[in-house]
Amino acid sequence: MIPGLIHLILGLAAAPLLLSVINRTKALFAGRVGQPWLQPYHDLAKLLRKGAVYSTTTTWVFRAGPMVSLAALLAALFLLPFGGTGAVLSFQGDLLVFVYLLGTARLALVLAAMDTGSPFEGMGASREVWVSALAEPALLLGLAAVSREVSSSSDPGVSLSYLHQQMTPAAWVNSGVVLSLVAVALGVVLLAEAARVPVDDPTTHLELTMIHEVMILDHGGPDYAFLLYAAALKLWILAALIVGVVLPSAVGVPVLGELIALAGVTLVAVVVGVVESIMARLRLMRIPQLLIGASSLAALAFVLERQGGGLLR
Amino acid sequence: MTHVLEGALVGVILTTLAMLGSMRWQVGLRAMAVQGFMIGLVPLFLLGEDGGFTRAVVLAAFSITAKAFVYPWLLLRALRQTPLREEETPLIGASPSLLSGVAILALAFWIGRAGHLEPPQPLPSPLVLPVALFTMLAGLFIICTRNRALSQVVGYLVLENGVYLVGLAIAQESPLLIEMGSLLDVLFAVLVMGVAIFHIGRTFDSIEVDQLSTLKD
Repeated sequence: MIPGLIHLILGLAAAPLLLSVINRTKALFAGRVGQPWLQPYHDLAKLLRKGAVYSTTTTWVFRAGPMVSLAALLAALFLLPFGGTGAVLSFQGDLLVFVYLLGTARLALVLAAMDTGSPFEGMGASREVWVSALAEPALLLGLAAVSREVSSSSDPGVSLSYLHQQMTPAAWVNSGVVLSLVAVALGVVLLAEAARVPVDDPTTHLELTMIHEVMILDHGGPDYAFLLYAAALKLWILAALIVGVVLPSAVGVPVLGELIALAGVTLVAVVVGVVESIMARLRLMRIPQLLIGASSLAALAFVLERQGGGLLR
Repeated sequence: MTHVLEGALVGVILTTLAMLGSMRWQVGLRAMAVQGFMIGLVPLFLLGEDGGFTRAVVLAAFSITAKAFVYPWLLLRALRQTPLREEETPLIGASPSLLSGVAILALAFWIGRAGHLEPPQPLPSPLVLPVALFTMLAGLFIICTRNRALSQVVGYLVLENGVYLVGLAIAQESPLLIEMGSLLDVLFAVLVMGVAIFHIGRTFDSIEVDQLSTLKD
């Protein structure tokens, strides 16, 4: 319980720092210095001090969007194990709740974007839903593959915390192939869900090519701060999820597990930065191929395990 | 040892999925070469026991040379001399092909699941038969749905890789000479198909097999 709470606070505090890690990695590749490490926090503080302006065509749906979105992600953070110990909350089948909490956050955002009546935001909302509909099978199949891999029939039930605690170095020795396939699939899901290159470009300023950014054009002040913070939190959640179910951080030594998990999350951010530096954005019509490819990898991982513990024997 | 074998078999699945999910001939040829290498490694693990080690090494060496280097080189040589710059217009597109590949994978694992098909000797890994079935079915799928001669040759080689895997799994005692003979057969088949691609390309300025229907009159 206590370590779970510490991890919760750590996630809440350190999430914007991941954006800095990505930014610094990109700056390193481009030969620049990069923005200060604490810049995302300054941005958030600045936005929170401002007042919000609401268009008269919008309704309560628009105002509720950022709050519901952030609340759903906070709830997802409660289910997320970290550093070898369980999450604050864990129960049988909480992986599905986790996936649908991410879906709720997205739904609130999409509805708020549609509520403005702006054609650009509607387009962004449509693309966001399209991309995440393709990414969801990969996420669910990946989690299902890991569940089948580490659990046996005598187990009481599978939760994210349970999966995390089974992820010992021995699990990698037994089923490294499955876990690496799942890691790649979940990595692609992270790039798609967190709206990073090659699916979406967070730095673009042309409405026609944006996906996530165009949906939040009409939000300002504290609402925008909520959305920025929610985006950072989502990145942290997905990175911690990959680290949690794939990286063997359940080593049994208290502080070591946390250090491994932190290093893993940072590594994920660095990889995102590297991908963003060396790759161009994909053509919109290529995105389904990438995501279906990720789903196929996850399905392959699932089928390999279905072989009756073939890889474990 | 089993881990390396299973890694190679998963590599075979991944390269087949890459061929299904891509319409570019560069990807197809490269994936074919990598797959040939992975398939070539398999005899080392399947035939290694009871004094058959020399045979396994000889077979692996010949397989890798043929499948990973000679076939891709022959096809590449045939392609260099053909006008081939157009996009493929397949019967089934890239994403549906990939999804079909996953369906075929599930089917193959269901048919070849442990205790369902019993090989004469126990296999070192329960993955061998499902992967062999998947490779055969996927090769057949590629032959049926692609309309460029090169893709069909690649499909044929994938199918042949599957047959080779089944042969290794079921007939572990078959003499070296027979294995060599089948490798030689495929080598000549690829040679002939390379020449055929070259002539089709010369005659029709394209290697789409749909064009062959203009041969009628």
